Amino acid sequence: MTMPTHLDPFTHAQWYALGRDEDFPDGRKTQTRLLSQDLTVLRRGRTIEVTLPQGQPRPTQHRYGHVWTTFSDTPRALYDIPEFEEVERRLITAGAVHVRCSGLRAVENFLDMAHFPFVHTGILGVEEHAEVEKYDVSMDVERDEIWATNCMFFQPVAAATAKAGGTTKYKYRLPHPYSVILYKTCPPRPGEWDLIGLFIQPTEEDVCIVHSFVLVFDQDNTDTELLHFQQNIFLQDRIILENQIPRRLPLDMRLEIPTRADASSIAFRRWLKANGVTWSTVRAGDME
Amino acid sequence: MKLYDYVLSGNCFKVRLFLKFLDVTCDLEPVDFFPGCEHKSPTFLQVNPLGQLPVLEDGNLRLYDSQAILIYLARKYDSSGQWYPVNDPETLGRVAQWTAFADGITATSSAARLHDVLGYNLDIKAARAGAQTLFRVLEDHLAHQEFNDQHWLAGSQPTIADIACFPYTALAGDGGIETFIFPAIERWLCRFSMLPGFHNMPGMNYFT
Ligand SMILES: N[C@@H](CCC(=O)N[C@@H](CS)C(=O)NCC(=O)O)C(=O)O
Ligand SMILES: [Fe+2]
Repeated sequence: MTMPTHLDPFTHAQWYALGRDEDFPDGRKTQTRLLSQDLTVLRRGRTIEVTLPQGQPRPTQHRYGHVWTTFSDTPRALYDIPEFEEVERRLITAGAVHVRCSGLRAVENFLDMAHFPFVHTGILGVEEHAEVEKYDVSMDVERDEIWATNCMFFQPVAAATAKAGGTTKYKYRLPHPYSVILYKTCPPRPGEWDLIGLFIQPTEEDVCIVHSFVLVFDQDNTDTELLHFQQNIFLQDRIILENQIPRRLPLDMRLEIPTRADASSIAFRRWLKANGVTWSTVRAGDME
Repeated sequence: MKLYDYVLSGNCFKVRLFLKFLDVTCDLEPVDFFPGCEHKSPTFLQVNPLGQLPVLEDGNLRLYDSQAILIYLARKYDSSGQWYPVNDPETLGRVAQWTAFADGITATSSAARLHDVLGYNLDIKAARAGAQTLFRVLEDHLAHQEFNDQHWLAGSQPTIADIACFPYTALAGDGGIETFIFPAIERWLCRFSMLPGFHNMPGMNYFT
């Protein structure tokens, strides 16, 4: 298989979500894109076939409510999310949202708490409490992933279950260049975490499809109420993402001045660089 | 009163916004329009045989079509008569004309947005071209209105026609349709966003 120019080995080696299991009805072919290549997805009974234009099959797996594939014959293992095994949690998959920006930009925006008061005003933040407190960023060397922990933020309506404003604790996990999972205080179950995550399908270097999920303990809201909450938040992010210039992610920190709140995004960009990621980033000599 | 609602729908938004303008409360019945396509389910087709949102229920009344819902709410809750001026035949005629125009914006600009944001499979070129044709008409009308010191679609006061046309004009950018080439439209959108009680829906970022 020929790799598009700029497709680096680390990006090439990942598994990517193409959609929710139920998005591929029996017998109907779906055309999609991944890393600037065409793919066909076809369900036959219980099996899903993903093929390249000349009909070459690619491996698939069903995990976390989604269908995944990879272009690599020696892929980097898809990360575990042990919380998906916990039976009392509810999974809501929010569907595929198309965004005209690098998938890496979508990951980075998701990590950034500083935007809450201005983009999700009255829900995830208020302008009077715009300060991002210091938090910790660490590297899980064994699994080669990044964690941002001890994040705190004042939120008026942290979740669909929140009854009043309060300080919400967060953790962020970056196990994959195109996946980000946030863990936040669970209003009805102190001590537990609710998960919200993005599985991003980078279709082009500057266009992506964002598949998102919510995995929560919640007995008050219907699935549809949780879905509306999640879609409302994500579509607020979408306009911000579409207005970022350049559309690809600059890895060179000199191009965008970091602040303390950006500690996790600095770690993310360093990690991408250390893994040799060039796909979907601003490269030397680019004039965008 | 109950509104069958989808959080990302501009036609549902216009009803929610008008309820806010009128300071009237209403229960929301969230519908999984995307990705679940619940509005085409047999259960929902019993509510609206057209399989469309929004639908309003009030006592024994069940109404679909957002424009119809705006008229009902205006007559029932707006004692000033500003939003639906029944006693002024000329203005009322213009309100009806621009209210009907809103459905064309839904059919074009909203379709382009469904394609670009949610990946709907439809003729995107036709949708964008259709929207552009309508926006040119809207632009000329609004420029003409401004020239005559009339700042709203049907005259000197905002009416349900402005509410009806607002959402999918404001959200045109989501469907890849630029509105900065329509300055009178841009000024009207901005005036609209300053109405007391206005709030954004996702995809809009007016200063409030
Ligand atoms: N004339 C109707 C149009 C409603 C409409 O197009 N609603 C969209 C959601 S914003 C819908 O339900 N579309 C599904 C369809 O038309 O099949 C109105 O203004 O309410
Ligand atoms: Fe956000």
